[in-house]
Amino acid sequence: MADRKIRVLIAKPGLDGHDRGAKVIARALRDAGMEVIYTGLRQTPEMIAEAALQEDVDVIGMSILSGAHLVLVPKVIDTVRKSGLTDVGFFVGGIIPEEDVAVLKAAGVNAVYGPGTSTVTVIEDVKSFSRAA
Amino acid sequence: MRSFESPSAANKLALSRLISEVENETSAGKAALDECFTRSGRAHLIGVTGAPGTGKSSLVNRLAQLIRREGKQTVAIVAIDPSSPFTGGAILGDRVRMRDLSGDPGVFIRSMASRGELGGLARATAGVVQVLDAAGYDLILIETVGAGQSEVDIARLAHTTIVVESPGMGDDIQAIKAGILEIADILVVNKADRPGIENTERALRANLELGYSHRVNGKAGHAGFTENNAAVEPKDWVPPVIKTIATEESGFPELIKAIADHRDYLQNSGLLAQRVRERLMDEFEHLLRHTLVQNWRAQTSTERVSQVMDAVFTRKRSPASAVEELTRSLN
Repeated sequence: MADRKIRVLIAKPGLDGHDRGAKVIARALRDAGMEVIYTGLRQTPEMIAEAALQEDVDVIGMSILSGAHLVLVPKVIDTVRKSGLTDVGFFVGGIIPEEDVAVLKAAGVNAVYGPGTSTVTVIEDVKSFSRAA
Repeated sequence: MRSFESPSAANKLALSRLISEVENETSAGKAALDECFTRSGRAHLIGVTGAPGTGKSSLVNRLAQLIRREGKQTVAIVAIDPSSPFTGGAILGDRVRMRDLSGDPGVFIRSMASRGELGGLARATAGVVQVLDAAGYDLILIETVGAGQSEVDIARLAHTTIVVESPGMGDDIQAIKAGILEIADILVVNKADRPGIENTERALRANLELGYSHRVNGKAGHAGFTENNAAVEPKDWVPPVIKTIATEESGFPELIKAIADHRDYLQNSGLLAQRVRERLMDEFEHLLRHTLVQNWRAQTSTERVSQVMDAVFTRKRSPASAVEELTRSLN
């Protein structure tokens, strides 16, 4: 039986050590039937891009609470695309000021989630912007 | 069937995409496997198995790192984690322990979900390994799902099977039980800095002293092994017990040497060819069963199946006689 699973990379770029949110999202996506590659804390954009490439993921989710999202996220997207993965979706979770959301979306992020976002929303979104959809 | 050039290790994107095709068992993936097969068979396949939390991922990380430091061999890693039996989803977390390998172009790591298989591997693992072999990786480390006592599929796939134990995982009765310890070509006691290491090591050694049943020829041949026993034929392989601390480098030179020794032993004794033949025979029979079942399904209407099964549900017919009835047309 050919079974196309949605593969999602959950990454924590940068230096903050709070991965509760990342784990909640990873678990929710798992429970929605997806295969979630969890890479752990303190990932560089190069590490994230390398993992995404080797794992051939559909979607990359980044959790950032350090405030460095405007630096890290465009760098990750750029590095991922340069590696040849041009059709992956991106989402960002964390404490993202309203005015930065548009900037991130312009950089290629499909969705940005703040505190209180329902996991149902995330699941539906991830399905919609994954290649497998 | 289109002709297919399997990707080399230099083209990571193509390699990664092909692995997905193989994992999803698409027609492109199947066609690619046919092509890969003729170019595979060069890599040394090393299985790493053991209970959850014994440190398999950390061990694979350190092992790959040190092999790469020697610089001669490239390494691919296939790490399998379980899929949920309820949702089919999975958390693949082995990469968390493999940070030291990132940025090394001579290492390729791929996580796989078991997707309902219960033997410690995913159904497509052998295919994925074949793709990596054809791509030119010298060593392929296959890390199984955290295994209990009977997830022993890895022994069929790998040339060298490393079973990882850690202190506090059970007494000497656990050590003499059949199953996972029997498949070990190399026994590793990881977390050797933890209390209880002496007991674990002693239990494992004592078990080996009772004799090592040679799994390869399927007969329970006993080496009658004790550490200095002259009765041991020099050509017999007795699994070494190696203590490691995967968060450091302790024990790894010994482990790397044991892996190389085992490879030499397999080659010199002719067992390598025998193991490969057995595995291919196994794969052939597996595919044969799969194909026969598929053909049967294609030829048999679901109405007819449910008709016969209704008789089974009402206990008018046994499942065995239902199979006989439904396969009669094939004979």
